[in-house]
Amino acid sequence: MSDILVSEQSAPGPGGSGRPSGRLLEVDDLRVEFRTRDGVAKVINGVTYHVDAGETLAVLGESGSGKSVTAQTIMGILDTPPGFVTGGQVRFHGKDMLGMSAEERRRIRGEGIAMIFQDALSALNPVFTVGFQIAEQFRVRRGMGRAEAKKRAIEMLDQVKIPNAKGRFNNYPHQFSGGMRQRAMIAMSLALDPEVLIADEPTTALDVTVQAQIMDLLAELQRERQMGMILITHDLGVVADVADRIAVMYAGRIVEEADVYDLYAKPAHPYTIGLIDSIPRLDEKGQQLRTIKGLPPNLMNIPPGCPFNPRCPMAQPVCREKVPPLLQVGTARASACHFAEELVNRV
Amino acid sequence: MSENILEVHDLVKHYPVTQGVVFKKTVGQVKAVDGVSFGLRAGETLGVVGESGCGKSTLARVLMNLEKPTAGSVVYKGQDISTLSGGALRRLRRQIQLVMQDPYTSLNPRMTVGDLLGEPFEIHPEVAPKGSRRAKVRELLDLVGLNPEHINRYPHQFSGGQRQRIGIARALALKPEIIVCDEPVSALDVSIQAQVMNLLEQLQAEFGLSYVFIAHDLSVVRHLSNRVAVMYLGKIVEIGTEDEIYERPTHPYTQALLSAVPVPDPTQRNNKTIIRLTGDVPSPISPPSGCRFRTRCWKAQDLCAEQVPLLEIRRDSDHPSACHFAERREIVATNEA
Repeated sequence: MSDILVSEQSAPGPGGSGRPSGRLLEVDDLRVEFRTRDGVAKVINGVTYHVDAGETLAVLGESGSGKSVTAQTIMGILDTPPGFVTGGQVRFHGKDMLGMSAEERRRIRGEGIAMIFQDALSALNPVFTVGFQIAEQFRVRRGMGRAEAKKRAIEMLDQVKIPNAKGRFNNYPHQFSGGMRQRAMIAMSLALDPEVLIADEPTTALDVTVQAQIMDLLAELQRERQMGMILITHDLGVVADVADRIAVMYAGRIVEEADVYDLYAKPAHPYTIGLIDSIPRLDEKGQQLRTIKGLPPNLMNIPPGCPFNPRCPMAQPVCREKVPPLLQVGTARASACHFAEELVNRV
Repeated sequence: MSENILEVHDLVKHYPVTQGVVFKKTVGQVKAVDGVSFGLRAGETLGVVGESGCGKSTLARVLMNLEKPTAGSVVYKGQDISTLSGGALRRLRRQIQLVMQDPYTSLNPRMTVGDLLGEPFEIHPEVAPKGSRRAKVRELLDLVGLNPEHINRYPHQFSGGQRQRIGIARALALKPEIIVCDEPVSALDVSIQAQVMNLLEQLQAEFGLSYVFIAHDLSVVRHLSNRVAVMYLGKIVEIGTEDEIYERPTHPYTQALLSAVPVPDPTQRNNKTIIRLTGDVPSPISPPSGCRFRTRCWKAQDLCAEQVPLLEIRRDSDHPSACHFAERREIVATNEA
């Protein structure tokens, strides 16, 4: 939980560093671009992070920051075209997945790394029963017979606390409520006992009381199975409740990475500071919100230097010229700001 | 604060559920809004919170007279708006405007911003004579923080936050007294959301607007509202000042809702009690008898199934709460630790 893998984000070239480590899942200097009719959008510009067994890494960012595209690249479900990986590695148990054959990758999906999505209604197939969709994995991947697969699927539905799992086995997704659908998707993604679970905005579409139920369930299942979890979200509240470490993304880069307590106590990047200041608080009425001025950059035309410089209240000439690398500051955190040291040492 | 400019009395909106194609028959009613009363004072913001399906958007539509209420009345300055039609209705529409959630679909993609913002003046030419309209539109753009030079752009050339500003400018065009905001910031990113919330506050101070602010995000509602109404399955379960609802809630649903909101502070992880509600919201077609929340309530007694609790001030509370057993409970984590 403490040591952070730091890499020079500005280091060019494909291939990543390739050095072996004991990490469960590592993303190393990943670069992805979208080639569209209107031009090339540089969506991921050198992202490096890792997750180990039993820990939760939260990837925090606003829309367009590249947090979901990184996850899609890890899973190998990036739409190509328009998306192309132009550099970097994604290593699972030290092996680069981007160089693997389709068959090898397929074997990792589900058993090694599984994913749940924001919108369970469109992630589930509407013309098959929920039970069938879960049981299918046991039949195809584990070679079980119909009856045994059904038994295991009902067990899974039970584990995600769907009441009357047996009776619900033959229901179609539309017969489930939003929260139940999300539970069914969790059951499906955990069926083959993955080592890493990627949760992409798992509760964004849900009401707060249901969100609390689902986050509890995920935390419990993670503890039981000692899974590594990558939680992708824009919600600073959810992150504060469940994450061990946080990686903050902006314009396809990680701008800050820190332990959850350090990050909220003393953010070391102006973007993170702005984000935390701009959320209204439930526990106090507060005065006018402080905001981040301006808009996120157009990914087809990212400003030179630090991508955050046009919106940054601390920007200096150097910020418009040099891209700040993600460097370690203090003991166990990293920030991609030229003035990170000053931010950490401020009182 | 001053007197009510908008009063809602026992408002009911039911939608029929029909069966059959040729011989349609009504087999039930979706009780979207089922007996809602409140007053809106001049210059204040009334927040309406609730989870999906609680009837808050239907309430907005009835307040705007986009739907006729099944029963009850919406009274604006002594006039029941649901009985108005023709010219009288058109004059009233000037005074109550709506800002919608989705800035992507509420703006016509084939119209320029100039046309979108000029359209209200075509319907109400008395507000701005033809010659002065372009200038008025530029003024509006400037007012909401957009560049007046962009008057000839189309909606797709703007970002989500900018589009929501266009929506707000359009609502402001006719100088209304009341703006109904239906989830105006829920589609926006955090940093943009804060900008739009500040804009709404600033406009209220400048023009003395009254807002009905409908949202599901309790933190956003607290930040903007003077008073707050909490809805559950078509009814208001608790109403009071921002302070009364957030610091001293007495209805179990409000308490559960508040406790479930994640606080962006990891040090609060272990020192807050979260009330976990089980199950889902029942169907509004056949809501539970008596108190509608009783099926998920940990305090439910026989009485709750028999008697509908009235929204009134009770023994242990200083504001109206629709619970037979209303009592205070510490919910929101404070920094005492």
